[in-house]
Amino acid sequence: MKVTIDNITLDVEPGTTIMQAARMIGPEVAPPAMCYYEPLQGSGGKCRACLVKVTAGSEKDPRPMPKLVPACITAVQDGMIVENTVNEAVLETRKGIVEFLLLNHPLDCPVCDQAGECHLQDFSFEHGVSSTRTVEERNTFEPVDLGENIKLNMNRCILCYRCVYTADQITDGRVHGVMNRGDHAEISTYIEKAIDNDFSGNVIDVCPVGALTDKTYRFKSRVWFSKPMDAHCSCDKCSGNVTLWYRGDEVIRVTGRKNQWGELKEFICNTCRFDRKKTSDWVIEGPTEVSRHSVISANKYGANLIHPAFPIAQAARDFKQIDDNRDRSSIEIKSILPAKK
Amino acid sequence: MKILTQHIDVPGIETIDVFMKNGGYKAVEKAIKTMTPDEVTEEVKKSGLRGRGGAGFPMGMKWSFLAKPEGVPRYLVCNADESEPGTFKDHYLMMKSPHTLIEGMIVSSFALGANTSYIYVRGELMYVINILEKAIQEAYDKGLLGKNILGSGYDLDLFVQPGGGAYICGEETALLESLEGKRGNPRNKPPFPAVKGLWQCPTVVNNVESIAATSWIVNNGGDAYAAIGVGRSTGTKLISASGHIKKPGVYEIPLGITVEEFIYSDEYCGGIRDGHKLKAVVAGGSSVPILSADNILTTDAGEKRLMTYESLSEGGFATGTMLGSGGFIVMDETTCIVHNTLTFARFYHHESCGQCSPCREGTGWMDKVIKRIETGKGRSEDIDLLVDVAKKIEGNTICPLGDAAAWPVAAAIRHFRDEFEWHITHPEEATKPGAVYMRPGASWSN
Repeated sequence: MKVTIDNITLDVEPGTTIMQAARMIGPEVAPPAMCYYEPLQGSGGKCRACLVKVTAGSEKDPRPMPKLVPACITAVQDGMIVENTVNEAVLETRKGIVEFLLLNHPLDCPVCDQAGECHLQDFSFEHGVSSTRTVEERNTFEPVDLGENIKLNMNRCILCYRCVYTADQITDGRVHGVMNRGDHAEISTYIEKAIDNDFSGNVIDVCPVGALTDKTYRFKSRVWFSKPMDAHCSCDKCSGNVTLWYRGDEVIRVTGRKNQWGELKEFICNTCRFDRKKTSDWVIEGPTEVSRHSVISANKYGANLIHPAFPIAQAARDFKQIDDNRDRSSIEIKSILPAKK
Repeated sequence: MKILTQHIDVPGIETIDVFMKNGGYKAVEKAIKTMTPDEVTEEVKKSGLRGRGGAGFPMGMKWSFLAKPEGVPRYLVCNADESEPGTFKDHYLMMKSPHTLIEGMIVSSFALGANTSYIYVRGELMYVINILEKAIQEAYDKGLLGKNILGSGYDLDLFVQPGGGAYICGEETALLESLEGKRGNPRNKPPFPAVKGLWQCPTVVNNVESIAATSWIVNNGGDAYAAIGVGRSTGTKLISASGHIKKPGVYEIPLGITVEEFIYSDEYCGGIRDGHKLKAVVAGGSSVPILSADNILTTDAGEKRLMTYESLSEGGFATGTMLGSGGFIVMDETTCIVHNTLTFARFYHHESCGQCSPCREGTGWMDKVIKRIETGKGRSEDIDLLVDVAKKIEGNTICPLGDAAAWPVAAAIRHFRDEFEWHITHPEEATKPGAVYMRPGASWSN
């Protein structure tokens, strides 16, 4: 089947979704995905981040589709023409989606363990706007423990349902799901129980934001200060193929290996994830390949990605003298900003 | 012309004996004994009957989309989860005359070849569920349900399922999820229920009123039904009239009477309550755009607006609205549109299932912003913000609840923007109890 995405035509198998086809072309064309997770059956269609315009439905029926369609669950038809990054309406809608997802998101990135490898950060950086239009208070929830090693911070959750599908896949009954409705819906195990399963830790890896975090790693390090290494061990529960995250000589975290799209290649067991934190437990294969654009690459591989002159120049450009005549003599803060021209 | 409510005031019509004395269950006999399923479907197609739940999709066409693979059961599900604010017609029909629905269910199930059918009733209506259960038992006792109906070899089991109490379960795929015992989240479409519905089997979901009308169509023929009404709006429609009118209630109207006649004639609403005049109308349940008095009575072209699918939507959303589910809410000049919009927005905020982000976050956002405007804390940019949020929800969600939440807000601002502005510029006056904005030159009462 022939499909054209952003003026690039390629041949795909029947049954391929627009998202899969776009990913074959590359990350420049692939729509963002906040809920879709290829290895998880049933995921997708919820976050609406991947909405694209179909300007021609198929060779046989070349009418455009009336609404934007989610690329992750829409199968391509022969002769379909899709517009993603070249369509103004798509980009405008995507701005709106960023805004919706951030509406009740706490923006506590400075204290969030996910910062630096957070899909929502990437999504809002690439597709959002820099200002906010909301003055409303955010919805808040109390953090809860899902078992001894997993922390759920519902404030940060964007209800992508990935952890729900993961739990469905590893357990027989329904032990983990969503309670309540609308913007007060929350992820919950019925009720505040642990997911009693050797693979429950994978919900941390599939979480696109910092809602589910590893309690053995919480607040230990920022992700860009740690170095990922591929390693394996002989494990009787899982394949034992993992990524070790080093800070100095210390293994501070163990995660599953992820592909280019941030999706787990395979689930790892809780023993590997939470208990094997010594180098002697593992056979090191070598450094994990990390995209140069990732913040995880910062300060590594000799590249100097941070230019201190730039933020200062920007601050000077945007600096506005505020009419403020309070007496400041007692605090004696020197301005680091150059004087406004 | 009355079809569904013809015998509704006969004492004892809820019992099968009185119902049959008044011509009930003749359609079952006629359909099962003298017609093939395809012939029944053909009559429904000819009748031009359109789905009465709100979308107005031609029912015969919906039936013909039903996939019929060999060896796979098919289901008919009756959507009786009527929860749209302003709509109470199905409730009335099922409560007064449950056999009207059951007769329609048997005829429709026969046409579709379904051997198991469900009526999914709004959970709050427990007493209606009891009425239906009793009526179904009576039908079983008469041999109209169960194995080998009237000796024809056709089997049908009919079940009533109480809903869990969520508006979203009125959306057909959320209803199916709920019926399967899961959380009532709408499914992504395609696949449509006609291909993969209940338990992944082909399923038709129809509204109570649509299904109830099929027995009359079988009795009198599709052409007779199509003769009523105007153009593609055929037959009769139950309208739930509420608000500032003299005679609120459920009325069965032939499609095609003028809106003016419906509001002012003594046969229907009887006019606006004494001493007041019409300000606005929500013509089809809370999710359709609100219209001002001028726009609802006459179209852009200066013609009188009719109670039909086409006439009400003439002029698009700029000056038109939709017939929807027929929840006709009339407001006089004492109504504060901002307050009314807040009520609707709060409802959709409360009822969003939370599955897809535009609806989950957008409905809450609109609710909070309108709440601020209503309580005198609005900012001048809030009105444009609301319009933009509504635009970003509309069409971008999994199910139509997003549209249903966005349209009333966008329409209220489109037609009553001055009222929102007044709330923002005059917060002190606007937050006084009972304060309502008067357009320059307007006054209370005639």
